[in-house]
Amino acid sequence: MFYRENGQFKSSYASDQQMLPILQDRVFMLGLLAFAFLVVPFVAGDYLFLSILIPFLILTLAAIGLNLLVGYCGQISIGHAAFMAVGAYAAYNLALRLPQLNFLVVLVLAGLIAAAAGMLFGIPSLRIKGLYLAVATLAAQFFMDWLFARVKWFTNYAHSGSVSTAPVELFGWKIDTPVEKYLFLLGVLVAFTLIAKNLVRCQIGREWMAMRDMDVAAEVIGIRPVYAKLTAFAVSSFYCGVAGALWGFVHLGSWEPLAFSLNLSLNLLFMIIIGGMGSLLGSYFGAAFIVILPILLNQVPQWLGVPISTAMTSHLEFMIFGALIVFFLIVEPHGLARLWAIGKEKLRLWPFPH
Amino acid sequence: MKKNGPAYLLGAALLVGLIAPLASGASPAGFYVEVLLGGLMTGVLYSLVALGFALIFKASGVFNFAQGAMVLFAALAVARMAEAVPLWAAIVLAMAIMIVLAWLIERLVLRPLVNQEGVALLMATLGVAYFLDGFGQAVWGSGIYEINLGIAKEPVMILEGVFQGGILVNKDDFVATIVAAALVAGLALFFQKTPTGRALRAVADDHQAAQSIGIPLNRVWVIVWSVAGIVALVAGVIWGTKLGVQFSISQVALKALPVVILGGFTSIPGAIVGGLIIGVGEKLAEVFLGPVLVKAFDLAGGGIENWFAYGLALLFLLVRPEGLFGEKHIDRV
Amino acid sequence: MKQKAKFAVLAASLAVSAAVASTAALAQAEEQFFPVLVYRTGPYAPNGVPFANGYVDYLKLVNARDAGINGIKIAFEECETGYATDRGVECYERLKGKGPTGATAFHTLSTGITFAVTDKTFADKIPIITAGYGRADSVDGTVFGWNFPLGGTYWGAADMLIQHIGKKEGGLDRLKGKKIALVYHDSPYGKEPIALLQERAKMHDYELLLLPVTHPGVEQKATWLQIRQQRPDYVFLWGWGVMNSTSIKEAVATGYPREKMYGVWWSGAEPDVTPAGEGAKGYNALVFLAPAGRGAVHKDVLRYVYDKGQGAGKKEDVGEVLYNRGMTAAMMTVEAVKRAQIKYGKKPLRGEQVRWGLENLHIDPAAIKKLGFDGFMTPVSTSCLDHEGGSVSYIHAWNGKKWVVQAGSYKPDMSIIKPMIRASAEKYAAEKKIAKRDCAKEQ
Repeated sequence: MFYRENGQFKSSYASDQQMLPILQDRVFMLGLLAFAFLVVPFVAGDYLFLSILIPFLILTLAAIGLNLLVGYCGQISIGHAAFMAVGAYAAYNLALRLPQLNFLVVLVLAGLIAAAAGMLFGIPSLRIKGLYLAVATLAAQFFMDWLFARVKWFTNYAHSGSVSTAPVELFGWKIDTPVEKYLFLLGVLVAFTLIAKNLVRCQIGREWMAMRDMDVAAEVIGIRPVYAKLTAFAVSSFYCGVAGALWGFVHLGSWEPLAFSLNLSLNLLFMIIIGGMGSLLGSYFGAAFIVILPILLNQVPQWLGVPISTAMTSHLEFMIFGALIVFFLIVEPHGLARLWAIGKEKLRLWPFPH
Repeated sequence: MKKNGPAYLLGAALLVGLIAPLASGASPAGFYVEVLLGGLMTGVLYSLVALGFALIFKASGVFNFAQGAMVLFAALAVARMAEAVPLWAAIVLAMAIMIVLAWLIERLVLRPLVNQEGVALLMATLGVAYFLDGFGQAVWGSGIYEINLGIAKEPVMILEGVFQGGILVNKDDFVATIVAAALVAGLALFFQKTPTGRALRAVADDHQAAQSIGIPLNRVWVIVWSVAGIVALVAGVIWGTKLGVQFSISQVALKALPVVILGGFTSIPGAIVGGLIIGVGEKLAEVFLGPVLVKAFDLAGGGIENWFAYGLALLFLLVRPEGLFGEKHIDRV
Repeated sequence: MKQKAKFAVLAASLAVSAAVASTAALAQAEEQFFPVLVYRTGPYAPNGVPFANGYVDYLKLVNARDAGINGIKIAFEECETGYATDRGVECYERLKGKGPTGATAFHTLSTGITFAVTDKTFADKIPIITAGYGRADSVDGTVFGWNFPLGGTYWGAADMLIQHIGKKEGGLDRLKGKKIALVYHDSPYGKEPIALLQERAKMHDYELLLLPVTHPGVEQKATWLQIRQQRPDYVFLWGWGVMNSTSIKEAVATGYPREKMYGVWWSGAEPDVTPAGEGAKGYNALVFLAPAGRGAVHKDVLRYVYDKGQGAGKKEDVGEVLYNRGMTAAMMTVEAVKRAQIKYGKKPLRGEQVRWGLENLHIDPAAIKKLGFDGFMTPVSTSCLDHEGGSVSYIHAWNGKKWVVQAGSYKPDMSIIKPMIRASAEKYAAEKKIAKRDCAKEQ
C-alpha cells in the first residue's frame, strides 16, 4: 500500500538512472541519514559509541572493500586485514614524518599505498583462482604481520613494537570525544559508500561482475582480466587501507602488529557472507551482526540470571558464533541483504499476500 | 610433458637454496643435517594434518577449514581420557568420538549445503572450526595436557664418527615418522584394495556418475569424514606428544594449508611430499636465511618461517597452478 | 512457511540488538566495584587461570573475613579478554562505569592491553595497576599519571637477571665476550626488556642474541636450532602461556642445559615446568613479590573461602606461584583503597580517589606481617613521582617437584634505568601531547 511506484513517472534518462528511483526509498534513506547524523549523537551513551557504533562504522567500510573484491569480482581473499595494516602503518608514518599534511590527505595517501600493496598481492589472481587464490592471499596476511613486526622503520624504532597516535585534528577541530569520532566516521562512511555504489553501477563494476560470473566468457567478449582483477584488488585494498587507518587512529589510538591478525580477516569474510555477498547493504548488515554478536553473547547469561563462569561464557560465545554461521549459511546463503530484499518485495504487495 | 620453463627455474633455485648453507661453509655439516632432520620431522607433522585436508577435498570437494580444530579436539579427548583409563582405551574411545563427530558434521552441516558454492562450504567449515574450538575447551578444559606414549624425551647423539660432534636426534621424531608412514601405507591399501576405498575414489572422480551406479553418496561422505577424523586423531596424538595438547594447536594446523597447495588439493602423495618440502624449506630458511636478512636489513629478529611456507606455495602456484600432484583444471565456457 | 521462520529470526535478532543499546543502571548498594580482567580460555589460559583465582579468592576473603574494606563490601565482575587487545578494551569500556562510583582500578594482565588502555585513562580517571608488567617507563608518574607498575618492571627484571649471572660469573666485568640469548614472546611484553639488555650489552660487552617467537609460541623448533648453532652461555626466557612450556621442552629436545636458562617472573610458574616433566629440572626464574608456598593468609583463605565452598579453583592449587601473585595484586589494590579511605572517608571511592591511595601506598614489613603475607610480599612504597614503589627480587629453581628459592636478593640498578625511564616518558609525552603533572602542586 505504501511502497508503490504509482504516479512516479520519469521524464528524463537521468532521473530514470538515479540510485534510488522510488520516492519512498529516497524518503527512507534521507530519514535514516537524518536520524544517524542528528538524533543518535544526542541519544546514545558513551559505551554505545565506543564499543558498538565506532567499530561498526569502520568495519563496514572494510567490509564494503572486501565485498567489492569477493562479492562483485569473485576473487576470494582471506588475508584482507593485511591491507588494513598497510593503511594503518602508512597513515602513522605519513602523520609522523609529514605532520603538516591534512588528515584527509593522509587517509587518501594511506589508501593509495594500500591499493598498491593490494595490486601486488593481487597478481597471483591472474594465474590462480578459487580456493587456491584464497590460501595464496593468506601469504599477504602473514607477510604483512611479519613485515610490520620486524622492519623497525615502520614503527619508528619503538622498542616495544607498539605505535601510538595523537587524536585526529581536522581543520582545527580536535576529534577526541566519542560523539565527534562517530560523526567524523559517519561522514567518511557515507562518502565512501556513495563512491562504491557508483563504481558498481558503471562500467568497471559490470566488468567485475562479468569476471565473477564467467571469467572465460568475459575474456572472450573483450573484458581484459588483468585490468578488471587488478582494479578490483586496488579499489578493495584502498577501502581497507582507509578503514585500517581509521581503525588505528580513531578507534584504537595505540596498536601493535597483532591488531590486524588473521582473526580480523576471517571476521571481515564472515561479515560479507552473513550480510550478503555482492551487496553494499549486506556489508552494513554483516558488520552490525559481527560487532554486536559477541557483546550480546556475553551479556545474555547475565540477563537470564544464569550464573555461568566467564570461561564457559567465552566457550559458549565461540560455539554459538560457529553454530550461527553454519545456520545462516544453511538458511539463507545469500545473506541478510537477501532477507531485506524479500522484505521489500513483500512490502510492495502489502496488505495483499500475492 | 610440455616443457615448463619457469617451473624448472624454480626447481633449480630451490635446489640451490637447499645446498647453499652446506656448500658455502656457513655451517658445519653435522648441524646442517640436524636442521634438515628437524625440517623433515616438522614436515611429517604438517603432512599428517594435510592428509586430512586432501582426503576430504578429494572425496567431497569441501575444503575443511575445521581440520585443525578436529586435530585439537581428538588430541584433547585422548589426553583427558588417558587420565582415567589406559592410553590404548583412550585412543579407541577417541576414535569412536571422532566417528560420531564426522557423522554429525555430515548430517547437520554438509547435507543441507550440498549444492552451494565453494566459498559457502569453506565458511561453513570455518563455523564448525569455531564451534569445535569452543566445545573442545568447554568439555576438556584450557590447560596444557600431556599425552604420554612412554618415549624418552632426552635426545640421543648418533653418527659421532661421521660428523664432527655427532647429530642430535629425538626418539619421538622417529616414532612420528614411522607412524606417519604406516598411516599412509594403510590409507593407500584402503583406497586400492577395499571396496569402500574404491567407492571413495569413484565419488572423488565424479559424484553423479558414482551415484548413478548405486554408490550411496551420503554414507561415503560419512566414511570419508570419519577417516579424516581418525587421521586427525593420529596427527593430534603425535603433535600432542611433542608439544603438549592445548588450544593453540588448532592454529598451528593452518600451516598445513600451504602444504596442500603445494601438493595439490586432491592428492595424498602430494600432501606428504608437500609437507616434507615445506618443513625442510621453512627450517632451512629460518636458521640460515634468517640471520642473513636480519643483518642485511637491520630487522628486529627473524621469524621468516611464519610466511615462508606461504611464499613458497605462492611461487609454486604461479608456475604450476594445480600443485605438484594435482589435477589440471579445465574450464569450459 | 520457511520465509516466515526467516523473518521471525530476523525480527528477533533486531529486537535483541536494540536491547543491547540500553545499559540498565541497577540500584547500587554501598559497594566498591572491582573489575577483574581475566583470560580463562585460549593459549594463555594455563597461566591466566591461577592468577585470576588468586585475585578473586583474596577479594572474597576480604569480604568474608573483614566484612569488606572498613565495612564497604567488594563487588567484582570478571571479564574474559583472551589476552586479545580489542577484547580487553571492550571489557574496559563495559566495566569502567559499573558500581556506585565506577571501577576501582584495572589490572589489565597484558602489556598489549595496557598500551591500548593507557590513553583512555587520562579522560576516564581510572588507575591501571600493572604490577610486574606493562610499560617500563610508566614508573614516571608525572607523565603516566594513571599507570602503576607496582613492585617491578621489565627493565628492572632484565637488570636483575644480568646482575645475577654477573654474580655467577664472578663479576659483571667477566661478562665480556659472553653470549646471552633472549627468547621472547613477539609482543610488547616480550620486547620491553630489549632496550635494557642492549644498554647493559654496551656497558659489559656481551653479545645479545634476539630470538622472537610468534604468538602463540608453539613452534619453536627453528629458534632452538639456532640456539644450538650459536651456543649462548645463557638463555633468558620472556614467554607467556603455552610458549613457556614449549621452550623448556625444546630445550630438552636440543640438549640445552636448563640450569643456564633464566625466566622472567612470568615464565617461572608450575604450568610452565610441569608439562616438561623431569626435563625441567634445574630451570631458574625470577620471583615477583611472592614465591610458591603457603603462609598465614593462605590459612585464612582456606578457612574463610574454600571451607565454605567458595573457592575459585582447586584447593591443591592454593599456594602456587601465580596464585600467590594474584593474591598480592588484589591485596595491593585493597590496601590502596584503605589508604584512600583515610583521606576521603569510609565510603565507595572513585577512581581518582583510589589513585591518591595508590600514590601514597606504604606497605612496609610490619604491614606485610599484619596482613598475613610474611614471606609472600616485598615492601612497596609509592609516590607521585615513583609509581613503582621499589623492586626487590630473587631467583627460584625447579627441582623437579617444587620451586626452591635460592639465596641472594637483587634490586634493579636505578642509575641505569632512571635515565631510560625519563627519556622514554618524555618521548611519549611529546608524541601524545600530554601535559606533565606537577607533583608538588597536587600534594
